[in-house]
Amino acid sequence: MLRSILSDDLPKSRWLALALVAILVGLAVAPFLFPGAKSLNVAAKICVFIVLAASFDLLLGYTGIVSFAHTMFFGIGAYGVAISLTRMGAGWDAVAVGVVAGLVVAIVLATVIGLFSLRVRTIFFAMITLAVASAFAILASQLSDLTGGEDGLNYRLPAALRASFSFGDTLFGVRLNGRLLDYYLVYAASLALILVLLRIVNSPFGSVLMAIRENPFRAEAIGYRTVVYRTIASCIAAATAALAGALLALWSSQTNPDTTLSFDIMVDILLMVVIGGMGTMYGAVIGAVLLVFAQNYLQDLLAIANKALAGVPLLANLFHPDRWLLWLGVAFILCVYFFPAGIVGRLRQKR
Amino acid sequence: MAEPLLSLRGVQTNIGRYHILHGVEFDVAEGGLTMLLGRNGAGKTTTLRTIMGMWRAAAGEIRFDGRDITHLATPDIARLGIAYVPESMAIFADLTVQENLVLAARSGPPDQKRLDWIFARFEALKRFWTLPAGHLSGGQKQMLAVARAIIEPRRLLLIDEPTKGLAPAIIANMIDAFRELKDGESTLLVVEQNFAFARQLGDTVAVMDDGRVAHQGSMAAFAADSALQQHLLGLGMDTHQ
Amino acid sequence: MKRDWLPLLLIPALMIGALPLIGSPASWVTLTVAGLAMGLMIFIMASGLTLTFGLMDVLNFGHGAFIAVGAFVAASVMLALAPWMTADSIWLNLAAIGPAVLAAMVVSGVLGLGFERIIVRPVYGQHLKQILVTTGGLIVAEQLLKVIWGPDQITLSRPTALRGAFLFGDVAIEKYRVLAVVVGLVVFAALALTLNRTRLGLLIRAGVENGEMVEALGYRIRRLFVGVFVVGSALAGLGGAMWGLYQETVTAAIGAQVAVLVFIVIIIGGLGSVGGCFVGALLVGLTANYIGFLAPKVALGSNILLMAMVLLWRPQGLYPVAKR
Repeated sequence: MLRSILSDDLPKSRWLALALVAILVGLAVAPFLFPGAKSLNVAAKICVFIVLAASFDLLLGYTGIVSFAHTMFFGIGAYGVAISLTRMGAGWDAVAVGVVAGLVVAIVLATVIGLFSLRVRTIFFAMITLAVASAFAILASQLSDLTGGEDGLNYRLPAALRASFSFGDTLFGVRLNGRLLDYYLVYAASLALILVLLRIVNSPFGSVLMAIRENPFRAEAIGYRTVVYRTIASCIAAATAALAGALLALWSSQTNPDTTLSFDIMVDILLMVVIGGMGTMYGAVIGAVLLVFAQNYLQDLLAIANKALAGVPLLANLFHPDRWLLWLGVAFILCVYFFPAGIVGRLRQKR
Repeated sequence: MAEPLLSLRGVQTNIGRYHILHGVEFDVAEGGLTMLLGRNGAGKTTTLRTIMGMWRAAAGEIRFDGRDITHLATPDIARLGIAYVPESMAIFADLTVQENLVLAARSGPPDQKRLDWIFARFEALKRFWTLPAGHLSGGQKQMLAVARAIIEPRRLLLIDEPTKGLAPAIIANMIDAFRELKDGESTLLVVEQNFAFARQLGDTVAVMDDGRVAHQGSMAAFAADSALQQHLLGLGMDTHQ
Repeated sequence: MKRDWLPLLLIPALMIGALPLIGSPASWVTLTVAGLAMGLMIFIMASGLTLTFGLMDVLNFGHGAFIAVGAFVAASVMLALAPWMTADSIWLNLAAIGPAVLAAMVVSGVLGLGFERIIVRPVYGQHLKQILVTTGGLIVAEQLLKVIWGPDQITLSRPTALRGAFLFGDVAIEKYRVLAVVVGLVVFAALALTLNRTRLGLLIRAGVENGEMVEALGYRIRRLFVGVFVVGSALAGLGGAMWGLYQETVTAAIGAQVAVLVFIVIIIGGLGSVGGCFVGALLVGLTANYIGFLAPKVALGSNILLMAMVLLWRPQGLYPVAKR
């Protein structure tokens, strides 16, 4: 049963299994365990980023290609829902239109970029996606009639997802309102998407991707059209990222370039996948949780160090709370050199 | 007996996951020309590249002029006086013929007398002196590749299939050039498929089979032993072209 | 000698094509000079990157870090020499800019040496790791810039002599842009002369084509590569300093922003080709300025369009480098 839900891809490490169960259960009971808008927000973000990172792992870890345009697809999904909710009013029809439109745009764009540049080399694809993504981000902030420009869009969610919607009194002291419903929508959708991704990477299609990653020439010689497989993988990843974006838009009732399209988000995804463990799927889960936590709590830790070093000029800056990315960046480089399979790889070795 | 100029002992080379050389052993005596023969895939090219350090020997020892060069870097091996002409020729297509030769002459501008000597044999190089080498014909590229190796005196020349794609008249010039070189300043180790050519030039012969040297001896003896040729090369020498 | 002039003709073609669209010749001249200035600054930053790629098959996604460092170092020096910058003498102005630019180049170059050693060297030949690790290097470098110079942007004003514009009738040409064009052309000429007229250049060109054979001829290409990497980093620093003065603000994100333009340029030019990089940079600079005038909202999208069109015409870029 469990085996089949996980597509036969078991954690293969007691500690990893424990961590995954803790994440699964922790996120499921988060609204009751840590009540309050802020912590619920963190939990929802974790769900969305798990999907986003996992879909990126399909590209980076399983297919062996680096795309810097993953946030672009994330943004397309988010803006799809945001624009349709702004234009069509706060109904579920608008959500459906937005999700479908976002998916279509993402898949078409991914196909074009893929066919254009995936036949060449990894480096070429990475550069082209970087260029396209940055142009897209600027375009999105320029077309302010449609996207709200730098400020983004603020819109009303469907009534059932608003705080004012109530479907009962309280449970364990938590109000049963639309936000709770919204959280579980995000949670359930994220869980489903992760299981789908697990199925994909463990299917025959997934094995072909890994064969291409190991040796593209050989795969081509056996008869697999590597361009086609890579492009399909990149479409699946783009579509999943767009869905993650749609979930974010449905959660936060506001969408702007900083939270969906910026290069900072791209860096976050890279860190999540590499530190968590490339090519393992579970690594993306661990990495996403770790990074969102780090964003929120590494800062506090650094603030303590910062205070202790208050007198020392440069050193104090090194431990400034805003410099958490510096330390994760160093961890990232060390991971690429010494632990290419990241945290998950380490855990599996120890088993 | 004097120490050989080049000797390989138990050399093993892997390319990726493939084990290509399984313990190559042979000697090249100073002066003269050794032909390295064998079927396709026997490991001849890999042997030359391993000597040059372009592929690392996983085991064994390569000695040149009394010193262990197994672990030296390619440029350092070249600087001991070894020149290499790869089968792909590897001429620099964006550079002119002149620039290709200027680059090959490490110790300064090419010596004019030496150039004239090369031009006498490979006349096309003079004619296309300022043309980008990419525009040369296949045979002319081959001449340039050989000229690059001999633009300055080198002690050992490693040459991979010099006659491939060459017209007979040019092959004759090539034979002249190699004769003069081996009688004078250089020792040559030549991989060859063209048997008529090999027989005319070779003093000694080493025959490879499946990543090893299966036979080494004088060319005269090998040329006379058609049973051995049949066994090692699959074809009699006279029919092999 | 046969040469491929077609890509070169694109530049005048683009200029002439833009004239009727823009209408006013005065604006056209201003935009053209602006485009050339921008293009040449990008060329300065991109040339080292394309060469290191050609020579060692290494693409440094952290190249932007050198650009940013150059901008910050130059800004610090110029701020320290503020009285000379604001003085009403071109010589005092230059006495401030000179050391600033020199310092930018030296610091970027030294940083390049360290970057090559620590970040790039362990991952030769592994493209995926190369992209990841050099991106990681960019992240860390950007954060370190904030540690050293603080998180806020630095405002920088041009020295007195380089403010304002030359006026010819109703045509206005900013002085700083003229300087940028001159410096860009000098760098291009120096690179072209080195590559085509010196033995070192011969080695680099041969190495771009087939590094293994250059080694078989007895040259240590690794050392050559480190040299090119350092010079390329120093040029990125020079470009960064110039870009900072051009924008009159310096932020830690400057590197990543400009790096995108740099990537577009070297893709358009053909990875590894300095000539292609030159043509590509001018095309990008001109297009950005013309479109920025005609349809400001899609200005950056225009570069992507330009790249797509070039790649449809020549999938390997304008000047594909012959490879083994």
